[in-house]
Amino acid sequence: MNTGAPLLQGDWRGDPSQAWWVAGTALAVALWFVLYWQLVPFSEWVVSALALEEGSRLAEAVQFFVYDTPKVLMLLTLVVFAMGVVRSFFSAERTRTLLAGRRQGLGNVAAAGLGVVTPFCSCSAVPLFVGFVSAGVPLGVTFSFLIAAPMINEVALGLLFVLLGWKVALAYLAFGLGVAIVAGWVIGRLRLESWLEEWVRDVRASTAILPEGGETIADRIRAGIEALRDIVGRIWGWVIVGIAVGAFIHGYVPSALLASIMGRDVWWSVPAAVLIGIPIYSNAAGIIPVVEALIGKGAALGTVLAFMMSVIALSMPEMIILRKVLSLRLIAVFTSVVAAGILAVGFLFNALFT
Amino acid sequence: MKDVKVLGPGCARCRATAQMVLDQAASLGIEVNVEKVTDYAAIAGFGIASTPGIVIDGKVVHAGGLPRPGDVARWLSA
Repeated sequence: MNTGAPLLQGDWRGDPSQAWWVAGTALAVALWFVLYWQLVPFSEWVVSALALEEGSRLAEAVQFFVYDTPKVLMLLTLVVFAMGVVRSFFSAERTRTLLAGRRQGLGNVAAAGLGVVTPFCSCSAVPLFVGFVSAGVPLGVTFSFLIAAPMINEVALGLLFVLLGWKVALAYLAFGLGVAIVAGWVIGRLRLESWLEEWVRDVRASTAILPEGGETIADRIRAGIEALRDIVGRIWGWVIVGIAVGAFIHGYVPSALLASIMGRDVWWSVPAAVLIGIPIYSNAAGIIPVVEALIGKGAALGTVLAFMMSVIALSMPEMIILRKVLSLRLIAVFTSVVAAGILAVGFLFNALFT
Repeated sequence: MKDVKVLGPGCARCRATAQMVLDQAASLGIEVNVEKVTDYAAIAGFGIASTPGIVIDGKVVHAGGLPRPGDVARWLSA
């Protein structure tokens, strides 16, 4: 990425301009808050300027879209930047060293927690898996990491927090970690090491020792900006499609219909949501605006969260990637264990949140 | 002649990393032979857990994410 301004390039270690980076970041964050508080008047102004019939279905849908799009995009910007800075303190290699040789139980807890903060991209899932297992991280502990890393991310938590409130976000975090820890622990207890693809078992790598970066504050801010460009650049399209679907549901789908399919009294809706979620592939940014609209129409929280977890944590593309290292039997076990966990979360949520 | 290996399954960042190595080498006037390693077993053999990785003359210098251009220059001239 050599396209950025000259300021974003080069090595500025020992540069006295560190203070400028911090000041610039503080200013940008302040500006962000000022803009964010103007969003409601802005969306009302846009909707009134469009001269739509007050309270009509189209007006409802348009307002949902006009208000949610800038809100979600702005929020993503802040959260992704902040998490980019936090992630600069972690690396997959350091996490591996922390987890190598850990026993089941505590190791699963540590792996799920580290899965949230360690930089992870699905394209490096295979190197990560092989790197962990060959360095002596137990299989179950590795799975705890691999379940938590994509499922509990800043995009999902940030959006849930703003669109559905802190209780839901916190519950998602807790239950997501719970699924990762328990599913990893179960897989570890089953002792399925022999179900790995043969070449994976044969890798006997020495663990690479990387020179420590000695990163400065400016480096970490730059890491945040890079995460911003990378992640927001990749997902903004998903967000807009997700909000458009949400806006349609908000304006046009009758509540009675939805409540009869996804309401709290319909017990089979939770397993159905998990099953439907497996072949669907989206990321948190695309699915949460839909979730928001569904809940507004009377869908049960546990049901839609189970759907969301299933879409994010169990996806076909990821399984195809993992097929390179896992036998089909192991993939089946992995999918069933995680699906069972999500099912439990769905029922539990529906029982807890009324 | 420096022997550089860029480790990664061929994602966008891996390509960007390889290009960065070529660019930095060209601007420093260092001759390099850049090889992309995409085989998972080979990548794992270098002992890294995240990609893209960079190996210069058999030594792993970087793993995970796009490196800083300044660092690439430093590794190449070391």
